[in-house]
Amino acid sequence: MSASRSHKKVVTKLSLWAVGMFGFALFVMPPLYDLFCEITGIGIRPAERYEAAPAIVDYSREVSVTFAATNNEQMPWRFEPIDSKVVVHPGERYEVKFYAKNLTDQDMIGQAIPGLVPFSASDYFHKTECFCFNSQPLAAGEEIEMALVFIVDPELPRSIKSLVMSYTLFDITPAAADTVAQLQ
Amino acid sequence: MAHGPAKGIGRWLFTTNHKDIGTLYLWFSFAMFLLGGFFAMVIRAELFQPGMQLIRPEFFNQMTTMHGVIMVFGAIMPAFVGLANWMIPLMIGAPDMALPRMNNLSFWILPFAFLTLASTLFMEGGAPNFGWTFYAPLSTKYAPESVNYFIFSMHIMGASSIMGSINIIATIMNMRAPGMTYMKMPLFVWTWLITAFLLVAVMPVLAGAVTMMLMDINFGTSFFDAAGGGDPVLFQHIFWFFGHPEVYIIILPAFGVVSAIIPAFSRKPLFGYASMVYATAAIAFLSFIVWAHHMFTVGMPIAGELYFMYATMLIAVPTGVKVFNWITTMYKGALTFETPMLFSIAFVILFTFGGFTGLMLSVAAADIQYHDSYFVVAHFHYVMVAGAVFSGTAAVYYWLPKWCGKMYNETMGQVQFWIAFVGFNITFMPQHFLGLAGMPRRYADYGLQFADWNMVSSIGAFMYGAAQLLFLYNVIATIRNGKPVSDNKVWEGAEGLEWEVPTPAPYHTFATPPQIK
Repeated sequence: MSASRSHKKVVTKLSLWAVGMFGFALFVMPPLYDLFCEITGIGIRPAERYEAAPAIVDYSREVSVTFAATNNEQMPWRFEPIDSKVVVHPGERYEVKFYAKNLTDQDMIGQAIPGLVPFSASDYFHKTECFCFNSQPLAAGEEIEMALVFIVDPELPRSIKSLVMSYTLFDITPAAADTVAQLQ
Repeated sequence: MAHGPAKGIGRWLFTTNHKDIGTLYLWFSFAMFLLGGFFAMVIRAELFQPGMQLIRPEFFNQMTTMHGVIMVFGAIMPAFVGLANWMIPLMIGAPDMALPRMNNLSFWILPFAFLTLASTLFMEGGAPNFGWTFYAPLSTKYAPESVNYFIFSMHIMGASSIMGSINIIATIMNMRAPGMTYMKMPLFVWTWLITAFLLVAVMPVLAGAVTMMLMDINFGTSFFDAAGGGDPVLFQHIFWFFGHPEVYIIILPAFGVVSAIIPAFSRKPLFGYASMVYATAAIAFLSFIVWAHHMFTVGMPIAGELYFMYATMLIAVPTGVKVFNWITTMYKGALTFETPMLFSIAFVILFTFGGFTGLMLSVAAADIQYHDSYFVVAHFHYVMVAGAVFSGTAAVYYWLPKWCGKMYNETMGQVQFWIAFVGFNITFMPQHFLGLAGMPRRYADYGLQFADWNMVSSIGAFMYGAAQLLFLYNVIATIRNGKPVSDNKVWEGAEGLEWEVPTPAPYHTFATPPQIK
């Protein structure tokens, strides 16, 4: 009967479509979202290293950069910026330090995830060196000063006069060290 | 093969008859409706007074989750699939669904999905407690152990829906009676065709979302885990990419039902048939490009907020066309107000009201205030309950005499309508006030300033719940000893092929297809 043949056609097409949509959700949507976030500067993204190029320092204006450190829920480390606020000239290279201490009696691994406000400044805040590029193992009771080296791009829109660079520290000890490599 | 149904339980287990499967779907969905409704009663009983009275907050969260999931996936969706099974072959002059065995399978996996889901209530750590939207990381990192059962049952429901939709599309595309062109199909068939396409497109996305949850929980991936480079907001995007079409999946068949009933009791053909079809298609298309209006508060760029706001407001246009057509159908008609018509008119009024509050919520700037408040709860119950459930009730009253050859008790039907209508409004109208006054949703307790309206709302909810028991009683009483009807056309104003087969509809209909002029 021709009816069963046309049923087969409809069923095949629709099943392929359903499988395709499943694949779309699983394999296309997450990378698409990351791409969208990268373009717009929103959301949480893995940190990227910036290769410093010689730039002209713009001494004519100042931008204040505030640093914030937050512990993600259940992260028992002490974690705070040593310099909580600096005033910088766009184009100049600055180094600030963050302090972290493992207050527990166990060896742990932490990972800081950056976030910048306002979003529209994301393209103009360059990190040449950052503790967030790598995970940070700390033995029980160990403490460390971690460096962040950054340049505010001279192209930063003049309307932006202050930035907030915030780091959230996650406990990734259970997630094992092997997944850490992918973060970089 | 031209015999009646098989005897005993085997008839139901092995049936491939579209009417049997339609009946199974309808009874199953009503059972789920009562279960989900019972959970709603628990919620409203707890919220009757401020402070904790009856249950613990952890259990309250499980109740809101189970209520939402069961009502959406267990009650409303299967109810309309049941109507589709019963009515689509009758409406297009087909002897059965295109794929009868798959039809049997897509029904019979459902009870297992919901048994799995319901069993989580008895597990250590309790049932899922993260709301029906199951946002990560609540549903991943902080979820109870039972989340894996939840994911599994979601997968089964999705498979069932996809199979059901493929079946419906194949039936409509290939099995229409000779002469029945697409633009001659009853609107219920049209709305289901479009709904089925939506289902095939988005149920796999839901399956993808729960699969990612499963991998995050059990296999160490980080789709939604910020510590591993993922992002919980991604979950919301994927969920609502499914979720927004989902709400139209729920409401489009309801539009179809109402478009059949209003002309029948206005004794006029439906006004603007073609515009109804195009409006349905337009709503379906728009449903794919507005999802982030559920997430105005996540921190989107302003351009995104504006885009999603305007696109959302655009939906009011095709929806307005539909409401206009229903009202114009009634205009100067010879109206009578039997129970199905009462439910349909209430549908038009209350659904439009819910649409207007939706328009308020679509304003991105205002939504920051309304977000996650009882205003949202009131809004979506106006479109889900007064929309989908009212039209489903109307459909049962309208087609029940055709299904079983007996007339329901009209007085009892009307009494049920008025209790349901009044009870519904007493329940949800005050929730608008509560929400605007700042009461957040999904909490087991509330500030004293919200006490009075919450008590009113709970009283209305008990009324509305009681109306459903009356509905159940009326249906059972009709089937057992209703007054027999023998006219093919049960309602004098009704049009369509389903009214040309004998009453009650024989086990096999349209073995030879009818000719459509």
